[in-house]
Amino acid sequence: MIQREVRVANRAGIHARPAAMIVQTASRFDSRIMLGKDSEEINAKSIMGIITLGAGYDTVLNLTVEGPDEQEAADAVATLFENRFQEELG
Amino acid sequence: MKKFTVLDLLGLDLKEHDALDLTCLCGRPGLTREITVQDLNRPGLALSGFYDKFGPNRIQIFGRGETAYLRELEDRGKTDTIDSLFAESVPCCVFTHSQIPTEPFRERAEATGCPLLQTDLATSDFSSRLIRALSNVYAPHETIHGTLVEVFGIGVLILGDSGVGKSEAALELIERGHRLVADDAVEIRCVYGNILQGAGANRALGHHMEIRGLGIINITHLFGVGAIRDNKQVQLIVELELWDSNKEYDRIGAEERTRTILGVHVPHLEVPVKPGRNVPILIETAAMNERLKQMGYFSAKEFNQSVLKWLESEHARNAYFQNKDRFRRDSHSDRDQELS
Repeated sequence: MIQREVRVANRAGIHARPAAMIVQTASRFDSRIMLGKDSEEINAKSIMGIITLGAGYDTVLNLTVEGPDEQEAADAVATLFENRFQEELG
Repeated sequence: MKKFTVLDLLGLDLKEHDALDLTCLCGRPGLTREITVQDLNRPGLALSGFYDKFGPNRIQIFGRGETAYLRELEDRGKTDTIDSLFAESVPCCVFTHSQIPTEPFRERAEATGCPLLQTDLATSDFSSRLIRALSNVYAPHETIHGTLVEVFGIGVLILGDSGVGKSEAALELIERGHRLVADDAVEIRCVYGNILQGAGANRALGHHMEIRGLGIINITHLFGVGAIRDNKQVQLIVELELWDSNKEYDRIGAEERTRTILGVHVPHLEVPVKPGRNVPILIETAAMNERLKQMGYFSAKEFNQSVLKWLESEHARNAYFQNKDRFRRDSHSDRDQELS
């Protein structure tokens, strides 16, 4: 099991488009991928779950990945956060 | 758990017999004070100068008696106990019966940043409502990945892995006249120790669903307000899973399986899914069956009882017919013996 902290770096926070990107990335892997905020934890393969988490700018989320391809999955999801979901690159 | 402040208390969405009718009189900067315990306190003893075992982190409730005493203290100029009350930095003071505290008291509250709230309710009524509201706030809760629907009055929590068809099943149930409570992230609270109350994890976002291929849809606008509900007790769990031919599924249903959420046992069904299997009808039937059980009729058990009764009567009838001749012969021989 891999546990890691990821920070929402894009100014708009996690709205529909970043949520869709997380889900699309997470769904490529067989591992169970969870995102946690405060005491809440939701499945990273569910769009509505991620949106209802309400993660605004600068929120720190706990990423928990467990399964056969956990390392790749954790890296892929964390990379999305680091790249600010390809927003505000310019 | 997230901090629960006085401002959150004012912002609680409670209706009719739960409403607290609170307004803030003064001390607004103190609205960020945290409420950490769900107990209340009537500060009568404290005002009279007895501060032993005083609960400083409790909400202080001023009824008619306390307010009158407060007035008298100020008339007599004995304000040191009032100063000690504010020195304890209580989360907030609530005045019931729409009473307005005296001007010096309000000034002290403003100076120390202690929020003063007012309600038009009577003290005992307000206390019971506040205890109820706070116990809901502090109730143990958990966010579960699933869909909660109300089917024939039964709260059905549909669980299963991503992509197994939870949302699609719920969509068809809504189309058939049932109601959506929450999709994807269901927040479940254990209230009164034995009731699981489910609601959407974020009510501000309303009733939306994500359906693969369609995207995010607004259930309220598409199907009307009759198709939604804010919260519902979880009474049945239906777990969808892809059909596994190596797994044994329940074929009789005579034994009740349960799953424990927050310490409460809920009936739990495992329903295998494969293309062509009409899951919504299965869920509808499961909900109706659950209603029958609550009314005291357990289909699988009653059926087995009937089978047992029938087997027993069949056995008795067979025994009767097979022994009939012998029975006659025996009775004849008895008579023969009597005659002889």
